[in-house]
Amino acid sequence: MSRISRRFSELRQTGGHALVPFIAGGDPGIFATDPLVLELEAAGADVVEIGVPFSDPMADGPSNQAAFFRALQRGVSLQDVLDAVERIRQVSQTPIVLMTYSNPVFSFGLEKFATEAERAGVDGVIMTDLTPEESGKWISSAREHNLDTIFLLAPTSTDERIELVASISTGFIYCVSRTGITGARQALPPELGDLLRKIRNHTDKPVVVGFGISTREHVQEVCRIADGAVVGSALVDFIHAKHRQDDFLPRVREFVRDLKEGTGVLAPSH
Amino acid sequence: MSAQKLHQISEPPSRWHFGPYGGRFVPETLIPALDELAAIYEDSRESKEFQEELNHYLRTYVGRPTGLYFARRLTEKLGGARIYLKREDLCHTGAHKLNNVMGQILLARKMGKPRIIAETGAGQHGVATATVCALFGFKCDVYMGEEDIHRQALNVFRMELLGARVIPVTSGTRTLKDATNEALRDWVTNVADTHYVIGSVVGPYPYPLMVRDFQSVIGKEARQQILELEGRLPDYVMACVGGGSNAIGIFYPFIEDKEVKLIGVEAAGHGIESKDTAATLVAGRPGVLHGSYSYLLQDESGQVAQTHSVSAGLDYPGVGPEHSWLRDSGRAQYVGITDSEALQGFEELTRLEGIIPALEPSHAIAQCIKLAPTLSKDRIVIVNLSGRGDKDVETVARLMEKQSEPDQPSLF
Repeated sequence: MSRISRRFSELRQTGGHALVPFIAGGDPGIFATDPLVLELEAAGADVVEIGVPFSDPMADGPSNQAAFFRALQRGVSLQDVLDAVERIRQVSQTPIVLMTYSNPVFSFGLEKFATEAERAGVDGVIMTDLTPEESGKWISSAREHNLDTIFLLAPTSTDERIELVASISTGFIYCVSRTGITGARQALPPELGDLLRKIRNHTDKPVVVGFGISTREHVQEVCRIADGAVVGSALVDFIHAKHRQDDFLPRVREFVRDLKEGTGVLAPSH
Repeated sequence: MSAQKLHQISEPPSRWHFGPYGGRFVPETLIPALDELAAIYEDSRESKEFQEELNHYLRTYVGRPTGLYFARRLTEKLGGARIYLKREDLCHTGAHKLNNVMGQILLARKMGKPRIIAETGAGQHGVATATVCALFGFKCDVYMGEEDIHRQALNVFRMELLGARVIPVTSGTRTLKDATNEALRDWVTNVADTHYVIGSVVGPYPYPLMVRDFQSVIGKEARQQILELEGRLPDYVMACVGGGSNAIGIFYPFIEDKEVKLIGVEAAGHGIESKDTAATLVAGRPGVLHGSYSYLLQDESGQVAQTHSVSAGLDYPGVGPEHSWLRDSGRAQYVGITDSEALQGFEELTRLEGIIPALEPSHAIAQCIKLAPTLSKDRIVIVNLSGRGDKDVETVARLMEKQSEPDQPSLF
């Protein structure tokens, strides 16, 4: 059983839910990624999602675009992100998922990426723009290297798509809360409950909701109907706003602890 | 489930790809909209009623068929092959772009989507889209890079006159690539009531096929016209390639005519060896951008490269997947023409034939100027003159001014 599956089965046994914080790899600086991930873990993150910077992130809103741009300005590459994961793995067992667009991976080489990701200690991969139809080779490589393949569902997904995505996703299924791009929002869409019910009719795999989840209240709302919540842009913005302050890392921990409280299970204090 | 079985499940339909290229690389949210579009497009290909409606508008509104013009003075000056120009510059709105927009908006009407979005580089596709939206009463938003808005101010004003909203794009390189990203983000968000009119043979299936079909009217006409005028097929067909829609449009009906050589002319910018280039098929390698797998200008870690071309319409790091396939299979050849060579082509055609071409097809003219003198007088070359140059006159004036400054040794 993968680290991700183990985490979700533990959560289900205790009636808990997952907080999945997202950070952009290499923002603010490639050596910031390791301490940040460890803070997220200390704050109670159940799975950590690290974004691989890409020049043309078409599914991302302004916050993540800007974070990727800053990372690319520093020359951060997929290899740098894998190196960071490898360093983190020396000291942490928190499940780590990479979120990436296809091109950096294709450019790196699909098979080489699967090998290196496994070696570094990556647990799962989300490829935002890789449709199930185009993913045959990726799935084969990922299975061979014990990487979970996490695919996305959206409010527009038909029953047929849900069936397909559920059949090839491992670890968890990433449910996009709304039609649109990533970015902090004021409120969750009212149809989210119906979407989750529709997905549950097809699968009992863990379903995590992302896109526009910005506050503890949002996390709370999502965890009533799903296995967990991804908080991305709100955290990316927070990190960017505070990273020059002396108490930057404790403040990130505080911010994420507050979000974790929304999942209904408090992290043990350190 | 075994990996092998998964591979079978995930095997995409064959119409998605050209060899290994094409496909669908988009967020899951868009899949149902692409399926809907694909279904209606595949139906329309078979539908006599749709084809008649499209042809009606192409004849009476776009101004088709466009002429195939024998460029006598250019031919005489170069002293080699006989040069014909396919006059897409005579289409309504001044470029081939309208052929595709007309087709797509007729499909959008069938789908009942009231809002249209588009990306534009040189502004020609934006103007074409704004025009057909005015014709049929659609709400129209056009994404355009801030850099291009400056380069193509006249077209921005034309779009606004036509009732479209031009949305400046300030992300990334502020050109066509980034305008396309923004249009895709808009579409992902508003997919329920919006159709995205992609302007070239790029994007996820069905766009590369659909846009090629709508543009192949260029080649169908040219093939018939040259047979009437010369009694035989041409030896060469040439066109400029940015995304590649005018090129695939004129190439496609000649693909089975193996004796006809197809030459795609890319924008080399300051030169193929320089970083300031947009010659994707000459200098790039395969990758994924804007929904399909195709040649791409990118750095060693898979980040999309910044491009340069004097022509906004060719200033794009990707290219249509069918061109990638034509390149690899050897059926078409792709070459690069620099900014300054293109400007020479622009001047030659203007002076010799009284036709001011757009800077985009000026690249194809420049290649023709290189090739024609090396060919004997019984050879025939067709160049697709994909658009007229009114929009570029200001740019050219600026460049000429620069050239006339004493400390500026060359044009660029």
